[in-house]
Amino acid sequence: MKRRAFLKTLGLAGAATAAAAVPGLAAEKPAAPGTVLATLFDLSQCIGCGACVEACREANANRYPEPKKPFPPMYPSRVPVEDWSDKRDVDDRLTPYNWLFIQSATVEHQGKSLEVHMPRRCMHCQKPPCANLCPWGAASKTASGSVRINTDICLGGAKCKTVCPWSIPQRQTGVGLYLDLLPSLAGNGVMYKCDRCHARMAAGGLPACIEACPNEVQSIGPRDEIVAKAHELAKAMSGFIYGETENGGTNTIYVSPVPFEAIQAASPPGPGRPTLAPVTDAMSFETSLAAAAVVAPIAAVAGAVLRAAKRNTDAKEHRHG
Amino acid sequence: MASSPIAPWEKKAFAASVFGLGLTGVAQMPIFSRYYIADIPGFAWLGDFVFTHMLHYALAAVFLYFAFRFAATYVLAGRRDHPLTASGAVRVAVYAALIVTGAVRMVKNLSWVYMGEWPVLVVDWTHLFLAMVLLGAVLWARGGDRRRYTALSRR
Repeated sequence: MKRRAFLKTLGLAGAATAAAAVPGLAAEKPAAPGTVLATLFDLSQCIGCGACVEACREANANRYPEPKKPFPPMYPSRVPVEDWSDKRDVDDRLTPYNWLFIQSATVEHQGKSLEVHMPRRCMHCQKPPCANLCPWGAASKTASGSVRINTDICLGGAKCKTVCPWSIPQRQTGVGLYLDLLPSLAGNGVMYKCDRCHARMAAGGLPACIEACPNEVQSIGPRDEIVAKAHELAKAMSGFIYGETENGGTNTIYVSPVPFEAIQAASPPGPGRPTLAPVTDAMSFETSLAAAAVVAPIAAVAGAVLRAAKRNTDAKEHRHG
Repeated sequence: MASSPIAPWEKKAFAASVFGLGLTGVAQMPIFSRYYIADIPGFAWLGDFVFTHMLHYALAAVFLYFAFRFAATYVLAGRRDHPLTASGAVRVAVYAALIVTGAVRMVKNLSWVYMGEWPVLVVDWTHLFLAMVLLGAVLWARGGDRRRYTALSRR
């Protein structure tokens, strides 16, 4: 669903223009509570103008880190200082100051040369390893299906980046809670990434990147509707889908007229530039092992009951025997 | 005095699962790689967050099996003349709280469950805090004559 249709569905058609003109005007929730929203990128429409990147930076500028320098010494010496505060203009990769970038590639497909532009940011996984494995409760899923990092409590250990199949979160040293705890011995700053404009969404708005796009490349809506739309679009353009099943399913789905392998080959991944390779479900074991943790105590109690019954029977036989 | 209804191997298996849970729990912090522990030959797995997380889940199932087996055995044996000792009661309470917070953490990780930012934070910190309390309680119990969970028969 495009921006205007999205607001119309929510009974906000008349407010669509006003909501865009006056940030935070719309007080309504963007969707019924508990509705998992996904976004769809139609890459055939993206011209790589960068309006989404610019809008993201403007909308989130007040959330960017302002590190204190000099940074406290960290032990041992292998702990890396990651400082992007003097490179805030970098926009061709993910950084703590750039949560969305456009990956461009010239791809040969079916005898034609096509230029493809792909806005890249957090995939917002349905089973996010970053949130599931954060030991500090700093990363979590939201009701609308996005994944966010609480920058007020994040210690910057970068575990979320290590376990993310796309290495999305980016660290800035010299900022955050770790400075008040053990800055030399634990932590290393704060991790930053796209949270799909959580505050704007909560206020009834749309993510800045969606609102700013002149070509309506991106749509947002309930995930099942977005998935159906992605398949329709892919069928219509004989295209390809990425994000629907990756890592067990994400809430960011791309439809491209060229294979994603070809985009990856023409524009290889690297630091701050996420992969486009197929990604298996990193957390697939969780559900089965959680089931085992439910069955184990039941089996234990059943076993104890049977054993107690046998002891009683044996004791009676011993007394009468 | 009646013989213990819990076999020595079961007690050792329970203790091993607790140790394993502690180790894999600490491994969820990015410290084993930072402090060269994962560089020691044979210990690289301690720096693998997903593997240690999986192991933590598996060990939780083993721990729960023995914890509930012991609890059920204690109750079913009807050994009211063997009350919990003070150190036993403390450890049982901490284990119970760890089980509850651990279970909540498992549930919140299911793909269809949303718990909210602050409940996740509170549960995570509580689980972490309880693990430290358990370490203290276990060390305290090992000192003096406080190892037993239950008192000797009053009869």
